[in-house]
Amino acid sequence: MNPMLTALARLLIFPGLLFAVPAAWFFLWVERKAVALMQERVGPPFMQPFWDFMKLLGKSTPPRPGIAGFIMRAWPLIAVGSAAGAVGLLPVLPASGGFEGDLILLLALLELPSICIISAGFSSRSIFGEIGSAREAALSVSYNIVFLLAIVSIAASQHTFRLEALAAMHPTFLTVLGIIAILICLPAKLHINPFSLPNAEQEIYAGPMTEYAGPELAMWELAHGLEWVAATGLVATLVAPRITLAWGTTLLAGALFVVLSVAVVLLLSVLAAATARLAIDSSVRFYWQCTLIFAVLAISSALFVRFWL
Amino acid sequence: MKLWKRPKFWQRLMCSARRRSPWLFHMNSGSCNGCDIEIIAALSPRYDAEQLGVLLQGSPRHADILCVTGPVTNKAVNAVKTVYDQVCGPKAVVAIGSCPATTNVFIDSRTLDGPLDKHLPVDVYVPGCPPRPDAIIAGVVKAATLLAERGNNPPQTEVAIATTAEVQP
Repeated sequence: MNPMLTALARLLIFPGLLFAVPAAWFFLWVERKAVALMQERVGPPFMQPFWDFMKLLGKSTPPRPGIAGFIMRAWPLIAVGSAAGAVGLLPVLPASGGFEGDLILLLALLELPSICIISAGFSSRSIFGEIGSAREAALSVSYNIVFLLAIVSIAASQHTFRLEALAAMHPTFLTVLGIIAILICLPAKLHINPFSLPNAEQEIYAGPMTEYAGPELAMWELAHGLEWVAATGLVATLVAPRITLAWGTTLLAGALFVVLSVAVVLLLSVLAAATARLAIDSSVRFYWQCTLIFAVLAISSALFVRFWL
Repeated sequence: MKLWKRPKFWQRLMCSARRRSPWLFHMNSGSCNGCDIEIIAALSPRYDAEQLGVLLQGSPRHADILCVTGPVTNKAVNAVKTVYDQVCGPKAVVAIGSCPATTNVFIDSRTLDGPLDKHLPVDVYVPGCPPRPDAIIAGVVKAATLLAERGNNPPQTEVAIATTAEVQP
């Protein structure tokens, strides 16, 4: 098949936009429903994230004149674009050809939404937005060191940055360690409960999103959902490989990807429901003192395996 | 006249979405905290308003329905007006408790500038001192239905009243 067509299909159909947008809503619902069930509630109906999105699209926005308003409106769109691109890059289907993304591009696209959130908070000129952005920046500096080291250690142990090769790797002790480190970073990346302090609801109104309304807020919700799909999908593709190669069919690989992603979402939701929000100093200390040791251990052993064994 | 008319199904979809996803902003205009506690109770796991799509939002910009408690003190008047303007349309106002409806026992106090409908167009009254959480949820659902019906049109003069009698057998 034409490589251009395959790349387009991956970006637009599976695992790109056509799959990712409903999946984003579904994951947001799974998270809310899981938290509700943990609290012995019934929880929101299945279509709730979709209705929220549609309602926000139909609301008006306050006038935002000038270039500052334009920039403020642009951030959520950039966040949605980059998160959707990250989902489209995931090597879900084995040997599908087309555009072969590498890990560095995927990491950059995964990081872009959080940079958008920081900039959005500052460009909204709201004091609560600025507090939220400062917190997000501090948190981002802490978890990203661990996140990047974990991913680099996986890549170093496999001698490659190509996503297709990483998806097809055989799991070793090192990759398992790396995947665990990535899982520890995901709550901070997705702003869920133990590390929900950037958008701390009620505490600092809504953090960086305080001034956003209507369709702009809808785009932020969508970007958040797509981030869920991309982040859990990254773990799913790293965990999945051996089973995928053993059976090798495209349909099965896709189904396995969805099942594993939902499992990760459930795991994170249960964690979110079971914990309370940590303060900024505790969160930063958690990543710099407790988790960083494991990440450094993982990368140094990966380099050791790479160069001396 | 608009150049491009939105298709019918879009309006139906919007109507449905507005009914199913009411987001609240809770505004205290000098209340004694009794009604505030009942609002929190209505959102707690026991009453679980999230079944109806109700979410309490931190920012008035995100909200559809403004829940006002308290008899509107002199100090709170400007805050109430500002927050009402910050809520983006279409929006509705629910007056929770007897205070915003009539100023209740504080009537004729020199520190008050109430009741609430002197300053804002109130859509639903939930009387009670304090009202039960079921009545608050019924009032919010009524406001959401109003929102779905009127969309971006300005508020009507007719008001609705939600009481516990409707939701309890």
